[in-house]
Amino acid sequence: MRKTLLESLTHGSLAEPAPVPDESALAELAAKVDRAAQARLGRSLAIREVDAGSCNGCELEIHALSNAFYDIERFGLRFVASPRHADVLLVTGPVTKNMRQALERTYNATPDPKWVVAVGGCAIDGGIFRGSYACVGGVSEVVPVDLHIAGCPPSPTDLLKGLLALLENVSGKG
Amino acid sequence: MGILDSIPHVHAVPSHRPWPRAVVTEAGWQAAIDRLVEGGLTLLGFWGEPTAVHMAMIDGGSAEIAVVTYECTAGTFPSVAGHHPPALRLERTIHDLFGLVPTVADDLRPWLDHDVWSKSYPLSGRDASRDVRPYQFLPSEGEALHQVAVGPVHAGIIEPGHFRFTANGEHVVRLEQRLGYTHKGIESLMQGASLAAAAKLANRTSGDSAVAYAFAFARAVEAALDIEAPSRATYLRGLMAELERLANHLGDIGAICNDASFALMHAQTGILRERCLRAANVAFGHRLMMDVIAPGGVTRDIAPDGVAALCTLLAEIDKVFPRLIELYDNTASLQDRTVTTGIVKTEYARQFGAGGYVGRASGRNFDARRMLAYAPYDRLSFEVPVLEAGDVNARVWIRIREVEQSVALIAQILDMMTPGEIMSALPAACGECEGLAVTEAFRGDVLIWLKLGQELRVERCHLRDASWFQWPLLEAAIEGNIIADFPLCNKSFNCSYSGADL
Repeated sequence: MRKTLLESLTHGSLAEPAPVPDESALAELAAKVDRAAQARLGRSLAIREVDAGSCNGCELEIHALSNAFYDIERFGLRFVASPRHADVLLVTGPVTKNMRQALERTYNATPDPKWVVAVGGCAIDGGIFRGSYACVGGVSEVVPVDLHIAGCPPSPTDLLKGLLALLENVSGKG
Repeated sequence: MGILDSIPHVHAVPSHRPWPRAVVTEAGWQAAIDRLVEGGLTLLGFWGEPTAVHMAMIDGGSAEIAVVTYECTAGTFPSVAGHHPPALRLERTIHDLFGLVPTVADDLRPWLDHDVWSKSYPLSGRDASRDVRPYQFLPSEGEALHQVAVGPVHAGIIEPGHFRFTANGEHVVRLEQRLGYTHKGIESLMQGASLAAAAKLANRTSGDSAVAYAFAFARAVEAALDIEAPSRATYLRGLMAELERLANHLGDIGAICNDASFALMHAQTGILRERCLRAANVAFGHRLMMDVIAPGGVTRDIAPDGVAALCTLLAEIDKVFPRLIELYDNTASLQDRTVTTGIVKTEYARQFGAGGYVGRASGRNFDARRMLAYAPYDRLSFEVPVLEAGDVNARVWIRIREVEQSVALIAQILDMMTPGEIMSALPAACGECEGLAVTEAFRGDVLIWLKLGQELRVERCHLRDASWFQWPLLEAAIEGNIIADFPLCNKSFNCSYSGADL
């Protein structure tokens, strides 16, 4: 174990330079994030992930954000276990009817100010599951959405671009 | 002797390939149930249509498969679950979706239906309303018992589901799962879909097994149409399937250790997993390799720099992974958590036909790649690791050994692959035909059955994840363990929610 630990310390970091925040995300957010919230939060956001019926593909890539290459915590972004500790809800899936109530209750349990980021093609409008008897079809039909990150699934870099745009807006740099 | 020789049946369906399907009377249906109960056959799948139910079974000795069909003329069928518990959730699902009634059923509580769809029996094709009652969890009685309700929204970045624990102090007396939260209605969206649209849905039934599902879907279509994918396409499919297995197993090994608070392993395997996904992206243009396998072959060849990317990946795993195995093997505090935790009895693994590492860690020597030897695995040499202990530790070791096998398989395929066609042309139209396929995903066997109609449209498609026969064993494995060990046990199973909720 010591050898592995030592090597990890002596070898250079695998973390890659931050990508440039996504332009369209910056534009979408500019209109939504108010100054009061910016003043209160500083450059740190706690994220609660909610799977509202995804295929699990988006979760795999959200997980990847924590690996050594993307190292999301260096930006002040971290995942938390409860909506009560969260500033941001990261929601995936076409919102199945069976998950609708759980999503609403998670949203209501998150303190203000809060933002909702809809991740993946399904979360935008139901994607390929749109029209099913079992899906609501899009996160914005259930809770207000501040930012959409497209992709099936979006790559970790796409996710990071969107989240950095959110961070810049929230911390007053947008 | 064929499976159907010992099961009285009315007639065999000629357009069902590659294994036979036969319509049976009540006597035949009962004979099939008897064979499952006595253990001669293993239940491979159990699904409905508006007026019929089908059961797929495999003979573990001869690897022969057969499907029996019971026509529900009165809207009922003889209950399988009443005699053979592994069929229970599938039977409740058949009732939820089609309204067919098993007689006599001990447990007909809804499974996928949470009473919010605005219609009952959505695939039955008729308007009927269901008598709805509040969901009752199974009782546990005792003075000191208390309940802990977990989910559907969990603390980690995982899929939603509800776990109802009844505990005595720290110890779990009973766990009951309540799933269905990610039910998207995939089988209804399949009905009438073009092959392209249906393949997209199959790819997204369980995102971590996109390749395995696409592989099974393509093979089922090819079986129905009686065509074969070109040799090079089958090698490319094998490459992707093994890459997917590698990425998932590496992720799981780290995640299991992480649930025992051993973050170092998680960080290290996370790096290897990311390298797998990046190599997949270079070679096949998508990190999870979605939508590359299609009926007839594959939609794209490996990229020019893909072979080099894969060779670099294999070299990196060869260099780093042995050290990680040593780390796992020599960390006593970690073994203290995984050894003898969450034991699945070999008898249960056999009875439930548990696939993947859950079955193989509990003595069930089954791997669809070897048992059914579908292309390209009929031309490749590999070993299927099997252990008896059935605990979290055994499930980790099966994964470790399978990582080694997948690395060797990728190297073999790269060696054997020769230039050639990657897509066989599909006929422009077909008569009614049916296909069945089973492939080995990282977590176990995926079964896809489908019926094609005119203009190559899907009339009906059923997708059965390995998790159907693994989830119930998790309930048994956690009994007597402490609640704090549940995340560890759960991660060592890593069952799919989306794949089983459909």
